[in-house]
Amino acid sequence: MLTAILAITLLALILGLVLGFAAIRFKVEGDPIADQIDKILPQTQCGQCSFAGCRPYAEAIAAGEVDINRCPPGGEATIHALADLLEVEFKPLDEECGVEKPKMLAVIDEDRCIGCTLCIQACPVDAILGAAKHMHTVIASECTGCELCLPPCPVDCIDMVETKPKPNTWRWPDPAHIDLKLGDQP
Amino acid sequence: MTDYALILISTILVNNIVLVKFLGLCPFMGVSRKLETAIGMGLATTFVLTLSSISSYLINEYLLAPLGIEFLRTISFIFVIAVVVQFTELVVHKTSPILYQVLGIFLPLITTNCAVLGVALLNVQQGHGFLESALYGFGAAIGFSMVLIIFAAMRERIAVADVPVAFQGAAIGLITAGLMSMAFMGFAGLVHV
Repeated sequence: MLTAILAITLLALILGLVLGFAAIRFKVEGDPIADQIDKILPQTQCGQCSFAGCRPYAEAIAAGEVDINRCPPGGEATIHALADLLEVEFKPLDEECGVEKPKMLAVIDEDRCIGCTLCIQACPVDAILGAAKHMHTVIASECTGCELCLPPCPVDCIDMVETKPKPNTWRWPDPAHIDLKLGDQP
Repeated sequence: MTDYALILISTILVNNIVLVKFLGLCPFMGVSRKLETAIGMGLATTFVLTLSSISSYLINEYLLAPLGIEFLRTISFIFVIAVVVQFTELVVHKTSPILYQVLGIFLPLITTNCAVLGVALLNVQQGHGFLESALYGFGAAIGFSMVLIIFAAMRERIAVADVPVAFQGAAIGLITAGLMSMAFMGFAGLVHV
């Protein structure tokens, strides 16, 4: 009985060690610089930088294909952080991408919503909830304020409202901390 | 030498793991819709089955038997198989990203493949030695892959055939598998191992 328990425990321990060793020994590294850039970007997935989302933009910056000043939601703070990380000169925000705005939140006027689902398809972060011919609504904690849902709406029922930081939602304005974890947004 | 050749022929054709022993039917039905996935699954299974039959032989011979705890065989084999699969996945991911993409999700799926455990247990039951165990596992895996690929090729044709409503989907798949199994009975008596 005791032998059996000991033997199986030992076997499990050895096998676990082998796996743990293999996980370290055969660790696959991604592209760390692109990961770091991606962390700095605000993750609005708004596409104003002309890329499909923050991750593709981060990879393009890492590959040296584009400038670091194409992110309006991140604004100057993001550009400063990127300049520090990549050790390049700070550049002002590229005008053709857009202008820096305070963080916005999309709100659907539920009386006017006809339930067409077009905004659901446009939303890059799946923050809009609803079904065909049923009223839609925005999950406030998921919305990044990217405005991509505005153009497809046929009845213009989506308004962008400014989100004012409340004492319990206020955070340090360092973009490296803009991390879209669930529930830490207004 | 003839013995080893006979083991291979026996496991591939005569005692085919899927069609005669009816083990590993879930991947047989599950991933045989497309030829490419069938080939990927066959490759992954071949690799894992060979490795796991070797390692389970070693565990049985040098850990379970000397301590007299053969009654823990099943759970220790499951341990070993799970570790072998995980280890293989890690190594393949590091060494060959292309192969990793081809095998993809199939590699972890093999952990729960009953053919792998079945072969390990059959090895013990039939009292195979080291090389015999390895060959038995390898042969069973080749048999599995061969049958899976044949079946996938047939299902690709069945998919465009005019199947009666009552037989569509899994039903015609199972009937096809049954016919294949009957065809493989023709090999019985070819060798006796």
